[in-house]
Amino acid sequence: MKLMWFHLMPYTELPEDFNKKHPSVWVDIHSSLFDPRRAHHMYNDFMDELEYAAEVGFDAICVNEHHSNGYGLMPSPNLIAASLARRTTDTALCVMGNSLALYNPPTRVAEEFAMIDCISGGRLIAGFPVGSPMDTCYAYGQNPSSLRERYLEAHDLVKRAWTEKDTFTFSGRFNQQRYVNIWPRPIQNEPHPPIWIPGGGSVETWRWCAEMDYVYCYLSYYGYKAGLATMNGFWNEMEKLGKDRNPYRAGFLQFVGVAESRQQALDLYTEPAEYFYGRCLHVDPRFALPPGYTTEATQRAGIEGMMTKAANLANPATKAALKATNMKDIVDGGYVIVGSPDEVVEQIRHVATSLNVGHLMLLLQYGNMSKDTTKYNTRLFAEKVMPKVKDLFGDWEDKWWPKPMAKGQRAAVPAYRAPSSINPAAAE
Amino acid sequence: MSDLKTTAVEVNGFPCRVWTKGSGPAVGFLAGLGGLPRWLPFLDELAKTRTVIVPSLPGYPGGSTGHTVLDTHLDWVLAVRQLLDKAGLTGCDLIGASVGGAFAAEMAAVFPGRVKRLALLAPFGLFDEKEPATDPWAQRRDAVAGLMCADAEKWTALVSPPEGANSVEWPIEMIRAAEAAARAFWPLGNTRLEKRLGLIAVPTLLLWGEKDAVLPPSYAGKFAAGIGRGARIETVPGAGHLAYLDRPDAVARAVLAHFS
Repeated sequence: MKLMWFHLMPYTELPEDFNKKHPSVWVDIHSSLFDPRRAHHMYNDFMDELEYAAEVGFDAICVNEHHSNGYGLMPSPNLIAASLARRTTDTALCVMGNSLALYNPPTRVAEEFAMIDCISGGRLIAGFPVGSPMDTCYAYGQNPSSLRERYLEAHDLVKRAWTEKDTFTFSGRFNQQRYVNIWPRPIQNEPHPPIWIPGGGSVETWRWCAEMDYVYCYLSYYGYKAGLATMNGFWNEMEKLGKDRNPYRAGFLQFVGVAESRQQALDLYTEPAEYFYGRCLHVDPRFALPPGYTTEATQRAGIEGMMTKAANLANPATKAALKATNMKDIVDGGYVIVGSPDEVVEQIRHVATSLNVGHLMLLLQYGNMSKDTTKYNTRLFAEKVMPKVKDLFGDWEDKWWPKPMAKGQRAAVPAYRAPSSINPAAAE
Repeated sequence: MSDLKTTAVEVNGFPCRVWTKGSGPAVGFLAGLGGLPRWLPFLDELAKTRTVIVPSLPGYPGGSTGHTVLDTHLDWVLAVRQLLDKAGLTGCDLIGASVGGAFAAEMAAVFPGRVKRLALLAPFGLFDEKEPATDPWAQRRDAVAGLMCADAEKWTALVSPPEGANSVEWPIEMIRAAEAAARAFWPLGNTRLEKRLGLIAVPTLLLWGEKDAVLPPSYAGKFAAGIGRGARIETVPGAGHLAYLDRPDAVARAVLAHFS
């Protein structure tokens, strides 16, 4: 299986009383909470962490896009990916991804992804999310009623921009361009870089991924227990459509905290986990459901599903668990897997096999976790967990993984040396 | 007063419900946010002396999913024109409220001769950064009723499922009404109507709920200033954004006086 290291890049210094004094971590979070000089260190720490994950052997490092968001400091994940392309050599670069409807024209995405693919020697995984309501409809002002139509059209345009050999004209419902002819073109051109789709649990998305032969990724913050129903739904739909159960059709996000012992893991990871589930997920519900964002088919499934689940939801214990912000509930709910290396191995094997997921995206930094703790978590996972789970799904071929240029053909990337180390006179 | 008659007309291949009641000269009504999931006392007031014709805008209750093919403001304006023509409202008096008010104003401005007299009740279409309108699509669920009406119960009564309503489809229709409004007016309600207000050449009444929590009542002055021949402004005391729900008698009285 593939083990991928994901960073959300959360602002790590939201105040203790954030939830009391501020309505939302997203959309209208106050600028006074953002200290650019502290963010300088956060960005550099986060990029160090991503590079470290590549060093210790993760299969991919992953970045994503958020806007006006206190737990996601990457309005442009492409900037980070470009830097990582120069600071890593063999690791896949998973940009998870660019919200297509937000780019005008959407060929911008085709261009920037092609740049990353060229710079990295063909290591790009191209993620195409619709984007959350907060990012797309509120922070970026997109119309929720036409968002999906724009997304699908932008997808068609980007794919054609990558694959058509001649300059072409695009006369779409929302985009019109007389001359589409992107330079550069991606290295991965048979036919294009792997496309992965992060999505919620909508049956339309599953069918579309199957039809297009894309990887479907369920990126929930609520872990494998809550994700089981969604992934079962996905695999049932694949079966109906006559698709095989190749686990590499799917990706799944899971928080993990590993230490020498379970108690030590709890000691280390309680604060960052509670910071994340408490402060980072403090989103004003008024930004949750712009009308039209959820399709009517999904609403129907949801409303019908809700009625059948009404009995469960009426149980206050279930309700509370859905919004757990204390470590016991976070761990009991499976949001974060904690334990000694062997305990984590056991749980990861269970997650991968029960969800049948070949691309496991791991959050080993979350909330206000320090760089030292993050590196410890990352190293221990790489040394003691990874070797004992890598064998999973060995019988299946991952047809959705980047196909980079051969190693010997790729450019050497020298380490940066400051002017003073070459010419001491350049130092002040 | 005749019985309520329900018919349908097609706009872009989608059926739109048309309600008709009463006798006398025809008057059209384009409803506000939420549309008309049910018949209203306000419409009965009008039907006492006029033939009230109430077409559903695409996507609003009774308007099926016709909003899904409307991508630009021009698409919307042409859809509403077809709707009014097919409902038999060409050349009639027209009332438009809230989102429906923005379209009623467009009809009078863009298609001279098609509207006889105009009554606008807290219409959408303008936005002033100094006095921003409230975002009706970013509200906590429990705040919506109090935003729409001065008396929150009036909104709740409008959108509550009637006995025997389909428990799956009813809430979907209510969300669809919000989506249709969002499709036409996201994110600010600003259709740059101010560029066309000067073309309105028919007698126009501007009615505004004194307690409108969506669009500041001061917007009435901006509309009046923009309308070519000027407009009379009246405030509806004690009413919120959907004043025809809060004060049906007062709104009907003011409108009928303007049209007589």
